[in-house]
Amino acid sequence: MKMPYLLAFVVCFACTRTSKTEVPSLSYQELKPMLFNEGNKTYVVNFWATWCAPCIKELPYFEALNQMENTDVLLVSLDFPKHKESRLLPFIKKNQLQSKVVHLDDANENFWINAIDSTWSGAIPATLIYNQNKRMFYEQSFSEDELNQIINTF
Amino acid sequence: MKTILILVSSLFLFIHNHGYKVGDVATDFSLSSTNGEMVSLADYADAKGFIVIFTCNTCPYSVAYEDRIIALDNKYKPKGYPVIAINPNDPAAKDGEQLKAMKARAAAKGFTFPYLQDKGQHIYPKYGATKTPHVFILEKKDKGNVVQYIGAIDDSSRNPEKVKQRYVEDAVDALLAGQLPKVTTTKAIGCSIKTL
Repeated sequence: MKMPYLLAFVVCFACTRTSKTEVPSLSYQELKPMLFNEGNKTYVVNFWATWCAPCIKELPYFEALNQMENTDVLLVSLDFPKHKESRLLPFIKKNQLQSKVVHLDDANENFWINAIDSTWSGAIPATLIYNQNKRMFYEQSFSEDELNQIINTF
Repeated sequence: MKTILILVSSLFLFIHNHGYKVGDVATDFSLSSTNGEMVSLADYADAKGFIVIFTCNTCPYSVAYEDRIIALDNKYKPKGYPVIAINPNDPAAKDGEQLKAMKARAAAKGFTFPYLQDKGQHIYPKYGATKTPHVFILEKKDKGNVVQYIGAIDDSSRNPEKVKQRYVEDAVDALLAGQLPKVTTTKAIGCSIKTL
């Protein structure tokens, strides 16, 4: 009698957790596999935050890329952990973002900035684009034309 | 010969664009401060060095560090390493970065250090600052102000309670003890410098 009750409780608990964490908060080690996909697509990983004006400006360009076949966009939010519920989640809802969003919550920036790309100084916006043949890191913001031209070189 | 010249000059440009490295002599400047004065490093005859921090009004990472920057100045100014804060953003490119807004922020937070505007944005590219906040620790020597550390204030920008390594404090403590900092470059997330 006790076990099924406990099981139901655990399942239910897991349920509510999943629905609340559509945007997972990840350590760098948890994020890492998403930076090394081996599929046939071109993977675009954009580092952004809701308060970053140039990031917000270029988000629609990434959203458009995500609609393309053979391109997979991941938006990695660097919002403050305390602002995830109050700012990040409402922003995603309000702007109806379709790309996958994760929240990187890892204090050891001096390690993971270098691990993601040794040329990255840590400024955002920044974008990693890679596929099976090519891997490039861009510490800059893009116009829509610039981004599309770059994607065409992959 | 021409090719070599072009190669060498483009290499120079490449290096130049990346700003200072540890060991380089940093340029002095004369920039407007929020209290109405022009400030230069040369004004500080008694300083042993400087904690130069490129920071600004609107970047949340800069705001998150304000109290820690004030604490650095309070701790190290009496020891000869004052904080010099420089706002590298072009106010025409980012609302809220005008000198007037800088004055308001300096007054509201009670900044104990000069908060300067990089008018015309001539200084930050020479240093090679790419973001706010971005720290350059300079040691005053006979040949000039030598860059001894470049990077982050500490290892936890987003949460001051989780700081484990205080990079700037460790570096200045080493310099005050007559040693070179053990860690000379670090990285942290910051806001890109705003230009038109």
